[in-house]
Amino acid sequence: MDEICTGLCRLMVDSGADAGLAQFVSLLVGVLLVSGVPLLTVILLIWIERKVAARIQDRIGPNRVGPIGLMQTFADLLKLLGKEDITPTAADRLLYNVAPLVSFASVVLIWAVVPFTPFHYGVDLEIGALFFVAVASFGTLAIMVAGWASNNKYALLGAFRVVSLLVSYEVPLVFALLVPVLLAGSMSMLDIVNAQSGMWFVVLSPLAFIIFYISSQAETGRAPFDLIEAESELVAGFNIEYSGMKFGMFFAAEFLHVFTNGILMALLFFGGWMGPLYYESPLIAFAWLGAKGGIIYLTTLWLRNTVPRLRIDQIMAFNWKCLVPLSIANIVLVSLALKVLQELDMAPRQLIGASFADMLPATILLLLINGALTLYLLGILRRRGKDARREAQAAPVQFARATAATAD
Amino acid sequence: MNVLNEWAFIGMFAVLAPIFPALPIVIAWLFRPRKPNVLKSSTYECGVETIGDTWVQFRVQYYIYGLIFLVFDVEMVFLFPWAAAYNEMSLFGFVAGFLFIFLLTDALFYAWQKNALEWK
Repeated sequence: MDEICTGLCRLMVDSGADAGLAQFVSLLVGVLLVSGVPLLTVILLIWIERKVAARIQDRIGPNRVGPIGLMQTFADLLKLLGKEDITPTAADRLLYNVAPLVSFASVVLIWAVVPFTPFHYGVDLEIGALFFVAVASFGTLAIMVAGWASNNKYALLGAFRVVSLLVSYEVPLVFALLVPVLLAGSMSMLDIVNAQSGMWFVVLSPLAFIIFYISSQAETGRAPFDLIEAESELVAGFNIEYSGMKFGMFFAAEFLHVFTNGILMALLFFGGWMGPLYYESPLIAFAWLGAKGGIIYLTTLWLRNTVPRLRIDQIMAFNWKCLVPLSIANIVLVSLALKVLQELDMAPRQLIGASFADMLPATILLLLINGALTLYLLGILRRRGKDARREAQAAPVQFARATAATAD
Repeated sequence: MNVLNEWAFIGMFAVLAPIFPALPIVIAWLFRPRKPNVLKSSTYECGVETIGDTWVQFRVQYYIYGLIFLVFDVEMVFLFPWAAAYNEMSLFGFVAGFLFIFLLTDALFYAWQKNALEWK
């Protein structure tokens, strides 16, 4: 992006344009190029999401408009254009209209720091990881604003529940994000990817990846954390009063957020564009990133369509009593192990450009530590489960007996 | 690209990002039918007439979660530079970071013991 911008800028100045204007226009072109990627993929994503969900539920899915239903999204878009847009009289008009914009913008903004290939990216901010955390939390704000401005009790209830869920899961998400930053020794996305040349971070710290995966599933409001649109209890949650294109924007934002998280996980934990022959051509690098991100994205869809919804108290307890302590323990152990390895000269001080052989001892030790922590956690959970079962047996409820009788 | 240009890019992006979703909404505004009536634009609560005010004081549990979150979120911002500079850090910075994480964990367990994490 850098060369394109400066090249365009120089070209315009050479042809006699004002320098300030030239810079402005070249920046504009750069932004449009980068944001074009998420804006174009979201059209495809809506179709993929519906098709995959349909296949998992043993349906065919959209198949009428265009070949294998590919034009379905455009048909929907045309339909949404003709829909009446109802603003309830009781709503706070300004906030009601702003909320869908903030919701979508917060997701698109993440792409400013997403590098597509080693040479093609919007900006390589020195605080890229922090920028992602800061921007993503705007989505939470949009939901709160939407629920509050609708002046509807279902919307407000839904918004409260969702916001408490989203802020809670942001804690393990950010702690898990700390691990790649710690290993790479940099917050820049480009550095984090380049530091994985020896070994992907998912191998060095699988626990951090699992925590990041679970909490990003919660952040996007997908099952089993889909309180965001608990259809059966809250009608639709925070977006109940929305209709027409504004409603569509909330959904486009959600679909795009899921895919963005897939790409981010590919960048942070799966080496981004690292793969055979990636240095040959930017296209190959881009294809690797897309493939990795796409596979992670498909697993989140699979999870969404397979597991049932949890209760809010279960979700909160799982976060604060399991994920948060686990993520803290993980960061402490990983940083300690890294220090020990570096003092013993068994790991390179700078992971950027490290080779596979350099990383081998570090990988083995970190994997062992992650395994030990997982086993310890599973042990605690198993003991807890046994205790709970013993309690349940000591005081059997009517329901338990009834099911036992039918089983006989 | 120098630092100023980087943030100019982010600034431009932040200005344009809300415009992308605004465009289809504005286009829809040009085309869509407008036939509001009293019933249509009343608050939709499953056909039951809405009772009382929606903007009331709400249960404190959400606020407590918000408080705990705030503690973690603010302190995590301090942990990011610590992690980024980890490889070149002196022993003092190394120990200080762990002390910081210990205090954080301590706060979590305090909240846990006070039953602030129970959904009531």
